[in-house]
Amino acid sequence: MGYPHKPHSRETVILSKYFGDAEARSFKGWKKRGGYEMLDKALAMDPNAVIDEVKSSGLRGRGGAGFPTGLKWSFMPKEKKKAHYLCVNADESEPGTFKDREIMRWTPHALLEGTAIAAHAIRAEIAYIYVRGEFTEPLAIMEQALAEANAAKVFGKIKIFLHRGAGAYICGEETALMSSIEGKRGNPRIKPPFPAAAGVFGLPTTINNVETLVAVPHILKHGAEWYKKMSLSNPKSTGTKLFSICGHIAKPGNYEVTLGFPLKDLLYELAGGMRQGRTLKACIPGGSSVPMLNREETESTLLDYEGCVEKGTMLGSGGVIVFDDTADMVYQTMRLTRFYAHESCAQCTQCREGTAWTTKILERILAGQGKMSDLDLLLELSENMTGKTICVLSDSCAAPVVSAIKRFRNEFEDYIAGRRKPVMAA
Amino acid sequence: MADSVVNLTIDGVPVTVPPGTLLIEAAKQVGVLVPHYCYHPGLPVAGVCRMCLVHVEKQPKLAIACATQVAEGMVVTTTAPEAKAARQGVLEFLLINHPLDCPICDQAGECELQDFVFQEGRAATRYTEYSKRFNPVEDFGPDVLYVPNRCILCTRCVRFMEDVAKEPVLNVSERGDRAFIGIHPEARLDHPWAGNVVDLCPVGSLLSKDFLHKARAWELDKAASVCTGCSQGCNVTLDLRDNTVVRVRPRPNLEVNRYFICDHGRANYRWMNRGDRIEAPLVREGGELVATDWDTALDRVRGLVRGANGKAVTIASPLASTEALYLARRLLSRFDWMGAFQMVQGEEAPLAGVPNLALRADRAPNGTGAELLGYTKDVAAAVAAAATAALVFVLGEADVPVETKGVLVYAGTTLPDHARGAAVVLPIANVAEEDGTYVNRDGRVQRYFQAKPAPGMARPAWWVLSELVAEHEGAVRAVSAEDAFDMLAEAEPFSGLSYAKLGLAGARVRNGAGVPA
Repeated sequence: MGYPHKPHSRETVILSKYFGDAEARSFKGWKKRGGYEMLDKALAMDPNAVIDEVKSSGLRGRGGAGFPTGLKWSFMPKEKKKAHYLCVNADESEPGTFKDREIMRWTPHALLEGTAIAAHAIRAEIAYIYVRGEFTEPLAIMEQALAEANAAKVFGKIKIFLHRGAGAYICGEETALMSSIEGKRGNPRIKPPFPAAAGVFGLPTTINNVETLVAVPHILKHGAEWYKKMSLSNPKSTGTKLFSICGHIAKPGNYEVTLGFPLKDLLYELAGGMRQGRTLKACIPGGSSVPMLNREETESTLLDYEGCVEKGTMLGSGGVIVFDDTADMVYQTMRLTRFYAHESCAQCTQCREGTAWTTKILERILAGQGKMSDLDLLLELSENMTGKTICVLSDSCAAPVVSAIKRFRNEFEDYIAGRRKPVMAA
Repeated sequence: MADSVVNLTIDGVPVTVPPGTLLIEAAKQVGVLVPHYCYHPGLPVAGVCRMCLVHVEKQPKLAIACATQVAEGMVVTTTAPEAKAARQGVLEFLLINHPLDCPICDQAGECELQDFVFQEGRAATRYTEYSKRFNPVEDFGPDVLYVPNRCILCTRCVRFMEDVAKEPVLNVSERGDRAFIGIHPEARLDHPWAGNVVDLCPVGSLLSKDFLHKARAWELDKAASVCTGCSQGCNVTLDLRDNTVVRVRPRPNLEVNRYFICDHGRANYRWMNRGDRIEAPLVREGGELVATDWDTALDRVRGLVRGANGKAVTIASPLASTEALYLARRLLSRFDWMGAFQMVQGEEAPLAGVPNLALRADRAPNGTGAELLGYTKDVAAAVAAAATAALVFVLGEADVPVETKGVLVYAGTTLPDHARGAAVVLPIANVAEEDGTYVNRDGRVQRYFQAKPAPGMARPAWWVLSELVAEHEGAVRAVSAEDAFDMLAEAEPFSGLSYAKLGLAGARVRNGAGVPA
C-alpha cells in the first residue's frame, strides 16, 4: 500500500500488507499473522525443491538488474565443499528508492524469514544482512526482530548477522558490499570470479535484494503458479513490485503493483498526479541510475523489465523520480552526476575522472559559461564511461546525461546561448 | 580431458599458450604490448586502470586483457577501432588531472603515460577551463617521495606493499577524483624492499630521493649486471650517466629476484664510482712503489712466483669474479695453497610475498663461487697463514691488513695503507668495468656485463691473472672473460656451462654441487 496513504484499489498488496501495522513488527505479532510458517515448511523441504519453486515462479531480482532469482541460487556449487554464504543487500543507496527501508521498518520478520529460506535453499549457514548506514531506525527494528527470532530459535542451523554500512553508495554494489563485509574498503571486484564461485571471504556466496527475499515466503505459501500469474504484460516479469515515488508528485510514497502496470496510472491514479496546475515533464522510473523518460515515453511505459527496456530505460530498483514542468533538467542532471562523482570509489579511471569532469562541464553550462561543443563532449565522455568499468557506477552517471541531452537538449542550449539565467551550483 | 594448450588469434596472429594465460601475456607472445598501467606480472591483478581494453570476438563488451583468460578459438583484436577509442578515452581521463610537468619529472623518457599517450592518445586536451587536482608532495620514506599530482592511481604501490612486502602501509585514500595514495599516519615507507614502489610506479609519482634530478632517462646508458649486495644474486641493471653509475634497478629474473631488489642493493653502487683508483701498475723500486707498465709489472710477478716455494695464500674479495678466483688459484697450483674470502654478515631481510627471496645475511655476491673453487670463509686463518707464507696474493680490497715475511702481491682497485707493503700492485677493474660471473647462494652462475671503461691502465682481474697463468704454464691466454670462463668450465662443477648457455638469466652449476642446502 502507498503508506502513509490509504491503499488504492488497483494496488496488489502482498509485500506491503502490514506497512503501518506496528504490531507486525514484533515476533508475536508476526507469528499471529502467519509468520515463519513458510520457514518451517522450507526447512522441511529439500533445498533444491525450494530453488525449483522459486525458479518456476519467475521471480527476478528487485535490486535493479532483474536477474532470475531461482537461477541465481542454482549457480551455487552442487557439491558443497566449502561454507556457503548468503548476503542480503539492504544497503538501498540508490537515490529515489526507499522500498527496502519500509520493508525493514514495518515487516522486519518478513525479511528474516525470506533470508532464512534463501539460506536454506543455497545451503548457507551464515547470512549477512548489510544494512545501509543511514538506516538507523530500520536497523534498530531489525536488531530487535532478530533478537526475538533468535530467542525463539526459528532459524535452525542458520545464523543471521546484521552488518551496518558506513554510508558509501558503492557498497550497494554486490561485490563492493562483500568487500565491505570483509572489513575492506568497499571497492567492487572484477568478475569473474562471480560470487557463486568466490564471494564473501572467497567462499561461494549468493546475494539478494531485500524485496526479492521478502517475496519468497509468499511464493512458497501460494505456489509458483499463483505468483507467475501475477503479470500484466510480459510473462517474463512476474509478481508484484514496490515502487517508491518521489519528486514532483501529489502523494509520494511506496505503491505495490503487479508487474506490467502502466506507469501513467501509477503516477496519475495511485500517486495522485502532479501538484496542482503542473504537468509532467520527465520521469526516472528505476532509481537515479537509469535513463530518464520524457512525458510521452512516461505515459506509455508499462512497468516491467521488458516494458522499460522498450522505452530505452530500465525498471531498476523501482525508485520513480518525477519532474514536473518547473524542473530544470540541466540542474537536475548536474545534481545526479555530482552524486556519482562524490560516490565513485576511484578504482576505474573512466569513473574516477569522468564523473567529476562531467559534473564540472554541467556546472559550467549552468553558470552560463558553456559552449555548444560541450554537449558533444558530454556525450563522448559518457560513451567512454559506459560498459568499460568494473561496476556500473560510471554507466549510471552517463545514463542521465545522455538521456537528458537526448530529450531536453533545448534546455542545455538555452543556458549555453544565454537565454536562461545562469545558476551557480552550490 | 587435459588439454595443456589453448589456441587463439591475437591481431591476426595465431598463438598457442597454456590454459589460464591472461590475454595481456598471450599478446606479448605475438609481440603485442597491450597498453596498461595497473597490470604488473609481479603483482595481483587489479583491473582498475581499464587501459588494456581489447576487442574479443563474440563478446558484447570490450574486455580488459589483464584479467581475461585465454579461451580456445578466441579472436582478439587489440587495434579494433572501438578498443583504440576506449583506450584513448582512458588516456584523456588520466591526463585531465595530470600536471604534464614532464620537463621537470624524473620519469620523463621512461614514463608509461608519456609512451602510451604518444602512441595512441589525443593530440590535445579538451579539459581546458578547469584547474587540476593539487596535493602537495609527501615524504613517504627514507628514499621515497610521493608526488600525488602525477599519480594515476594504478595502485601498483599499494598492492606491492600489501601482497608482496606484506606490510600494508599504503592505501587509496578518499574517493572519486579526490583520491590519492595515502600512508598509514604512524608508518613510514621504510620496509627494506620499499624502494620497489618507485620502479613499479608507471609515472613519476613515486620518486627515489637518491636518484632525484640526477639524470634524464635518455642520458642513461644501461648494462645488465648482478647485485653485489648479498649472496642472493639479484639481477640488476646499472644505469650510468657519462660513465658514472647513478642508479641500480631490478632486472627481471623469475628464478632469482622476480621483478624486485632490496633497498640495500639499490643503494650499493657509489663505490663503483670511486675516484681514488690505482691507475697504473706499481712495482717496488728501492723501497718505493713506482708506476710502471703492465709488461714490467707482470714480469716482476712472474719472477716472484717462480722464485717462491712452499706455502702460498690467496685472500680474495667476495666481489672477485668466478673467473678471477679460478685463475688466482690456478696460478698458485704448485704451492701448498690456502685461499679465503671475506664474508661480511648483516641482517637478513626477506621479501615476505616471494619465496626464497631475501636480502641475505651473507653480504657477498660470490661467496658460493669462491667456496666451489676451494676458498674458505676463514679469513683469520688465512691471515695467520699469510704471516709465514712464501707468497701472498691479495685479490680485491681486503679490509684486513695482511702482513707476511714472504712476498705480497696486491691486485686491487684502490690502494689502502695496509697494501702499501706489497712488492707489486696490480690495478684491476671493478664489477662495473668488466665482464664476469658470480655464483649465487643457490649455485646459479650469472653473468654481469661491463658498464663503463676501467680508469687508466686498470684491467679486469681475469686478464691480469690469465697473463700470469699463461706465461707460467705456457698455456693459451684468455682474450675475453668468456675465454677465462671456458677455462674454468673445463672442470666440475662448472663443466658444461658457457657464456652462451648462461645468457642473461644464468644457469645452475652441475647438480648444485657444493651448494649449501
